[in-house]
Parts: sequence; C-alpha cells; structure tokens
Amino acid sequence: MEPLLSVKNLRKSFPITKGVFGRKVGEVRAVHDVSFDIARGETLSLVGESGCGKTTTGRAILRLIEPTSGEVHFEGKDVLAMGAGEMRALRREMQIIFQDPVSSLNPRMTVGTAIREGLTIHKIAEGADADARVRQLLDEVGLRAEYATRYPHEFSGGQRQRIGIARALAVEPKFIVCDEPVSALDVSVQAQVINLLRDLQRERGLTYLFIAHDLSVVKHMSDRVAVMYLGKIVELANAEDLYRDPTMPYTQALLSAVPIADPTVEKKRILLEGDVPSPAAPPPGCVFNPRCHHPAKDAACTVLNPPLEEKAPSHFAACIKQPPTAISWDEQVKAGGTKPPESYFPVVEQLTRQAADSNPGALA
Amino acid sequence: MAAFLARRIAQGLAVVMLVATTVFFLIHAAPGDPFSASMENPGITEGVRAAWRHTYGLDQPIGEQYVHYVASVARGDLGFSFSLQRPVADALGSALPNTLLLMTVALAAGFFIGIVVAIAQVRRRGKPADHILGAISIFLFSVPDFWLAMLILVAFAYWLPLFPIGGSVDPVMHDMMGSGARALDRVRHIILPGLTLALLYFPLIARHQRAALLDAITADYITTGRAKGVSEAHLVNRHALRNALLPIVTILGVAFPALLTGAVFVENVFSWPGMGRLIVNAIGSRDYPLLTAAVLLGSMFVIVGSIGADVLYRALDPRLRDEL
Repeated sequence: MEPLLSVKNLRKSFPITKGVFGRKVGEVRAVHDVSFDIARGETLSLVGESGCGKTTTGRAILRLIEPTSGEVHFEGKDVLAMGAGEMRALRREMQIIFQDPVSSLNPRMTVGTAIREGLTIHKIAEGADADARVRQLLDEVGLRAEYATRYPHEFSGGQRQRIGIARALAVEPKFIVCDEPVSALDVSVQAQVINLLRDLQRERGLTYLFIAHDLSVVKHMSDRVAVMYLGKIVELANAEDLYRDPTMPYTQALLSAVPIADPTVEKKRILLEGDVPSPAAPPPGCVFNPRCHHPAKDAACTVLNPPLEEKAPSHFAACIKQPPTAISWDEQVKAGGTKPPESYFPVVEQLTRQAADSNPGALA
Repeated sequence: MAAFLARRIAQGLAVVMLVATTVFFLIHAAPGDPFSASMENPGITEGVRAAWRHTYGLDQPIGEQYVHYVASVARGDLGFSFSLQRPVADALGSALPNTLLLMTVALAAGFFIGIVVAIAQVRRRGKPADHILGAISIFLFSVPDFWLAMLILVAFAYWLPLFPIGGSVDPVMHDMMGSGARALDRVRHIILPGLTLALLYFPLIARHQRAALLDAITADYITTGRAKGVSEAHLVNRHALRNALLPIVTILGVAFPALLTGAVFVENVFSWPGMGRLIVNAIGSRDYPLLTAAVLLGSMFVIVGSIGADVLYRALDPRLRDEL
C-alpha cells in the first residue's frame, strides 16, 4: 500500500553568519538525510534529545520551515513543489499540535475564534454551522462548549493543549504532526492528553508523526519508532522490537536512561561521555562515534558513514559494527578498521527491558 | 474598572495640582515681570510700573499671590492675560481649536503612515524595500523640525505654489466665503503643516511598530496560524498587528498631550495661530496667568492621555482585563 507520507533525504541546514554583512561562515545541519514512510493510520514516533532535529523534521514536512533539500510526498503529491496557494489548501490535510500550549495560541483571540478560523479559511463551515462545529469540537476534546468565548489565558495547561488539539482537528486533517504535545504538561495530565490523542486516532483513522523525548510516552503511543541523533535517523523499528532489541548503541544508552518505577530493580545505566557534538561541526563518519560504547568501535567508525540498514526484519539501524552490515569488512579495514563487527546487546538492556515490561501501565 | 478609573483620576488631579504649583513658582522666579518690557519706554516711570504691579497684585508676597491664584482657578477663573489684554480663557479658547485641528490631522496621518510603513517593511523584511523605508524613516527622524517645515514651505508654497504659505485661513477672503468654500480654505491651509508634522511623527511610529511586529511575527501562534493555512498577509495584518499594537498605544498616550501643546516650531514656520505660539509668547512676555493656565491644561491632557492608554490596553489585551 502506498504510504500516506513519504519523506526522502530531507535536509535542513541553517546558515551561520558573521559580521555586519552577514557573511556565511558555516551551517548548522539540523536535519541531515532523513527518510521514512508513514502508513495510513499509523503512528510513527520520532525520539531523540533536545537539538537532534526532530522538531525541525516535523516542521519541515509541513513546510513551516522551508527544507533545504529532499522530498516529501503526501498521498503521492510532491509537497515541496507546491505553490503558496496549493500549500495552504494542503494544510487542511496536514496539521500540527505544538509543544507549548501557551505560546501557540494567539492571546488576543478567543478560543472559539482560533478554532473557527481554520473552518472558514478552508470553507468547511461558515456562520452558525461553524459555531456549531466549534462547540462540537470542544466537546470532542473534553471541554465545555461555552468555553468558546474565553481567551487562552483563562485555561490551564492541559486544557490549552486540548484547545490546540481541537484547533488542529477542526479542518479534519488526515495527518497530524504532534510536536511534543505532552512535554509541557504534568504527568497526570500527560496521560489524559495521550489517551485523548489515541481515542481520536481510533475514531477518525488519523495518522500521527509523534515527536517526543520521553521514551515511556512513546512506547505507549507508537507503532514504529525512529531514533534521531544529530540530525540523522540512527534506528527505525517497530516499537516492540526497538524496546526489546535496541541495536544502535545510542538507542541502547537512551533506553537505559528511562526511569523505572520500581526501586527493587537494580539498574545499570550506560553513561555516555561528553556532550552531543555541535551540529555545526558534526564528527566525520558515524555521528555517534565520539561517544559510542560499542566494543568493536574503531577508526573505521570515524571515516565511514553508516547507512540505515535492515539488521533484522523491519528493524533498521545505522551502525557498521552491528552485523549484518552492507559495509564489507574489506572496506572497513581500508578505512582503518581493526575490530570486526560483533553483535552487542549489553546486559543492562535486559534489565531495562524487564522493568519496562513490568511497568506497562505507567501512563495508561 | 470603575474603581480603577476613579483612582487614576484622583492621582491625576494631584499631579495637575503639583505641576501647576511648580510652574507658578518657577515662572515667578524667572527674572523680570510682565512690565519689564516697558523699561525701554522712557515715558513710563518706575512709579507707573509700581502702580501697575499693585493693580495686578504682583507686589504682594509670592505665597499670597499663590493662594489668590489657586482660589480663582478653583472658581473657574483663569485670570487676565497681561500681554494679550484679554481674559486667559478667551486666549486659550481661540488658540486651542486651531491646535486641536492641526494636531489631530497630524497625529492621525502620522500613526496611519507609520503603521502602514511598518507593515510594508515587515512583509518584506530583510529585502531592499525594508531597508529603503527604514533609511527614509531614520532620515526624517533625524532632520530638525523647523528645517523640514521650511523646506516644505519653500517647495510647495513658493517653488510650486500649490498651497498658501501660512495661517489657518485666508486672512482676507475667509469671512466672505460660503460654508463649502470655507471648509476648503481650511483644508488648503492645513495640508502643509499637517504633512510636515505627519512626516515628523511617522518614523517614530514606524520604527516602534516594525520592532513590535517583528517580535510578534516570530511568536509560536503565528506558526500555528501558518499551519492552519492563514495567508501571510492575514497573519501580519490580523494576528501579529493586534498583538503588536501595545507599544503604539503607549506612544499614543504620550503623544496625546501634543494635541494641546502643539508643535512650537512648525506652528511658527507656518504662522499657525495655535497653542505652541501662544505658550512661547507667554514665556517671553512673562505672562504668568496665561502660561500657568496653558501648563495646567497641558498636564490635564497628559493625565487623560495616560488613562486613555490604560483603558485601550485593556481593550486590546484580554489578559489585562481581569486585573484591577
């Protein structure tokens, strides 16, 4: 089946300028060669730490940030080739829910007006019809219909996020980018909003690109998970597979950091050394190599660019040291490699996995 | 809201009192008095001047004069202008409408041009049009007002004699005109000083409005609007502008008193019979009652301006409405 959304080699770099005349002295590679497909009705999660490019990816797909290069196809249509008018029309199909429910609502507009605007722009409903739709939408996201005449500052964070969701749903989109929709909320409210998003997905057959940095939230939410590091997807797999057998050493470290609500579990974290390198000067070869704990790490990792390849059925990872890999041993030796690839799934992961399995209801 | 207004008005009255008192003592402390000019006339002896001073009560102790002044103002009597030889209320009454008319036209045009220029700049931010408009703003912001006034006067009243050179009406013909012709006569006279003042005011507005709009245009809710499918023009004109109007309301509140005090230099260049000229002449001739009354009125306008701005804030920003 044709995917609903297909992203190929998406890149976004921001120029670094210097001096009065804005001389370009370099660039920040926020997103570098990101490719993935999302099937209809699926939830693909994009995880990674702050600054890894996940939000930029989400916004570049919707062209809220203009991508530098790459391809985005939505229902077979080339999104990046569209003119301003076509793009505005497409916004009816693709929506976004923002991380910050406070600043993403215009403080000078009543909630009703904000929700209504999408309806009138896309000529979905007008006049009394539109008002009725607004009330219905508010009801659908668990708010009272009378709230339409209130202003955003009169609501709590969780309520505001519900307004943001109602706003996105107003135009009846097929695809929604959820850009860390719960990161700004209390844990208890997080669960409510997550459940609301899941219910809406079930009722309306929505497709989500779910951006988050909280792996426990993601686990609850996704069909597939893509892990990003320094502007690249380093691992992409079904949620279950990824949590059971994290293959890319970065994912292993990330999962080992998930807190477990069980004090009896002895947990060994994989502690990464150093900081995330600057995206303005990414390390050569594998972007993760300076911090990698894989026992077979060697000079080849600093030279060869690891392709995102299938390590197990539908389980993609970018690591030339986790077999199987398309980068042959000869090539690795030529690049200075000294240690042949070996499967490495550290024991800590076993602990994390057991704990994670024994704690499925953290958010339910 | 009512309690807020009452408090602000009470505060305002206290400020007006304080200002009037300060000005009263300051102008009396200035060297000379209303009759100093007559010293150049050998026919007027010191004895005559002393008699005049006695007539107007200027020989009494300053404290006593102050009490008299406050008492008469409280009765609604602003006093008698020495230099114009007519009641102060009359003098203000004939100058005030001229100034109000000129400044309303000038401020309205200045704010309108300023906001339009700022929107144009923000919609083309970083492009040549933005820079050119910015440079024009800076230029007009920097030129001395009397210089610009004279330049415009020379250009449009002399080289290209499209408009009269000064005054608020035609001094000879106005009284003989029909009502339509009179209105037209007023319009013809107000265009040059109005244009000058508008050109002097708009850069301030444009620069503040542009900065505020640029601030607003990067806000997250603008991205929300864009994601909704709102067009760029609508985003700037509706979503961003409404959020970016606050600094302009502040300037409006500050500029409001200028409605009354006028623009001294521009009024002088265009011989506009307004408050600016009246005040300057009052200071020169030590016309105590006229000056104090003008300042009293001016400070009242300042208070009204700032209360008006506060009320407007609330109208524009729903977040402020619940406070106070």
